Amino acid sequence: MKESIEYKVFQFFNYVFLALLTFVTLYPMWHVLIGSISDGQALMTNRGLLFFPIGQANLDAYRSVSTNPNILIGYQNTLFILIVGVPLQVILTSLGAYVLSRKTFGLRNPFMFFVSFTMFFAGGMIPLYLVVRDLGLINNLMSVVFPFAVSAYNLIIMRTSFLAIPVSLEESARMDGASHFTIYSRIVMPLSKAVIAVMVLYYGVGIWNGWFWASVFIRSREVFPLQLILREILILNDLSTMTQGSANDDAAFLSEGIRYATIIVSTLPILTVYPFLQKYFAKGVMIGAIKG
Amino acid sequence: MKKLPYKLRTGFHRDKELLLMLLPVVVYFIVFHYIPMYGATIAFKNYTPAKGFTGSPWVGFVHFVRFFNSVFFSRVVINTFAISALSLLFGFPAPIILALLLNEVKLRWFKNSVQTITYLPHFISLVVIIGLLREFTLTDGVVNDMLSFFGVQRRPLLQFPEYFRTLFVVSEVWQTIGWNSIIYLAALSGVDPELYEAAKIDGANRWKQTIHITLPSIQSTIMILLILRMGRLFTVGFEKIILMYSPSTYSVADVISTLVYRTGLLEMNFSYSTAVGLFNSLINFLMLLLANKLSKRFSETSLW
Repeated sequence: MKESIEYKVFQFFNYVFLALLTFVTLYPMWHVLIGSISDGQALMTNRGLLFFPIGQANLDAYRSVSTNPNILIGYQNTLFILIVGVPLQVILTSLGAYVLSRKTFGLRNPFMFFVSFTMFFAGGMIPLYLVVRDLGLINNLMSVVFPFAVSAYNLIIMRTSFLAIPVSLEESARMDGASHFTIYSRIVMPLSKAVIAVMVLYYGVGIWNGWFWASVFIRSREVFPLQLILREILILNDLSTMTQGSANDDAAFLSEGIRYATIIVSTLPILTVYPFLQKYFAKGVMIGAIKG
Repeated sequence: MKKLPYKLRTGFHRDKELLLMLLPVVVYFIVFHYIPMYGATIAFKNYTPAKGFTGSPWVGFVHFVRFFNSVFFSRVVINTFAISALSLLFGFPAPIILALLLNEVKLRWFKNSVQTITYLPHFISLVVIIGLLREFTLTDGVVNDMLSFFGVQRRPLLQFPEYFRTLFVVSEVWQTIGWNSIIYLAALSGVDPELYEAAKIDGANRWKQTIHITLPSIQSTIMILLILRMGRLFTVGFEKIILMYSPSTYSVADVISTLVYRTGLLEMNFSYSTAVGLFNSLINFLMLLLANKLSKRFSETSLW
């Protein structure tokens, strides 16, 4: 069937609009990347959009970032909570999802309510803070892991995905005398690689990007995760974090470039794994949506 | 189906292993969700660390009354509602429109690239996004470069109350438009192509097809998300506000949860700030019930 002129005109503007949207989304990141390798002094006097490096392209900003002790400590701390936290979160969430997806489990509904209720009502910021404080977790990196070990929303996503596994697999295993734990670890989990990938992504990004609770629970600089260091550099503009003890005369010229380089260094891990995990995104969102 | 009472003895025996597997999860929810819920009772007490949640003396509604009478009350309630309503007004339809526009794109590689790129900001940390927003809106930042081209005077935009909400909403839409469109795109891909074929034979053009087939087919998705969003009408991403605001913009930026944060965690007025927070939680809970009820009546879509 032939398309009308109006539809063709619409199509044209649609492409133009979407291309513009793409540009607006990408530009800030491009600006940061280019700014981080531009000449510090030239960058300060530059006006307007930045498409190509200005001045002599160099890696000075990255050199200061890579030798900065605060950023290194932040990186280490974030990696630590990532390595400890994500497996803990995924295991706990999947255990809960497994039990609550068993149709034979008599207390399924009360426990589902017990979990779901926390999505709609919470005690609030202060009581949570007081609980964490009373547990002695202040200044401990686990303070940003334990209180967020299971997200009710993620548990429901996983449960929905487990419910889609054919019951016959479980039944034949039960017939052979397999325990629930065996069914969980040998049948359900190996069949759920996609949803596990989604969970690793959601929890991992949450830990990598989280800063608020860290700023509440963690006071000592040695235990600052990366985002808290970033906040000092980007938001509180505390460049002493960067120039401390380095007696660097170029500090002022480097500063904008340093901020950009810090952003790149801290966002790079996510941007690197992003393309590989992208195919799972829609899946995760969709499984979550079906529960209704 | 008839509801059977859970037979404690035989039930526990049969489900022993499942209960054991569920135990760590239950402990987690009790410690980090239900104990804080109980802890919220300090809103009606004078909390002292030595006496804890249970031992602190009851004082009734003193803290609530103090909050309702304080100069901050109207400011934070109005700001919370204004910022949230603005982001709902612009942030809610944006991903629907994006999904509808993407649905018209025939070139697969183009559609895929737009999707991949617009999902990306969802994964960038708020600290970085607000850091960039500050950088770009500084007197010599890119945004001012462009505004000055049109004759607008350069100034650090984030320091001025009149721009705060605009910047909040624009950055919000920028960050969430792509990611939030996924769910609509998925719903759109599930529409039966035969419906379109039939409509074409009846002479419906693309616009009419959108109105009569595409939109109705994603209507229930839209309603569910709208209910959930309405339930958060008195919630604002406070983490973002804390990163964005400064004393010069408190008049338009201070919301209920940032007040809780400052009075509770910075000034250590635990009971008072818990009362403020509880007031917010209750409003949210009521809003969710109300939205659900309205939706049930008018569109027969509901959460439960």
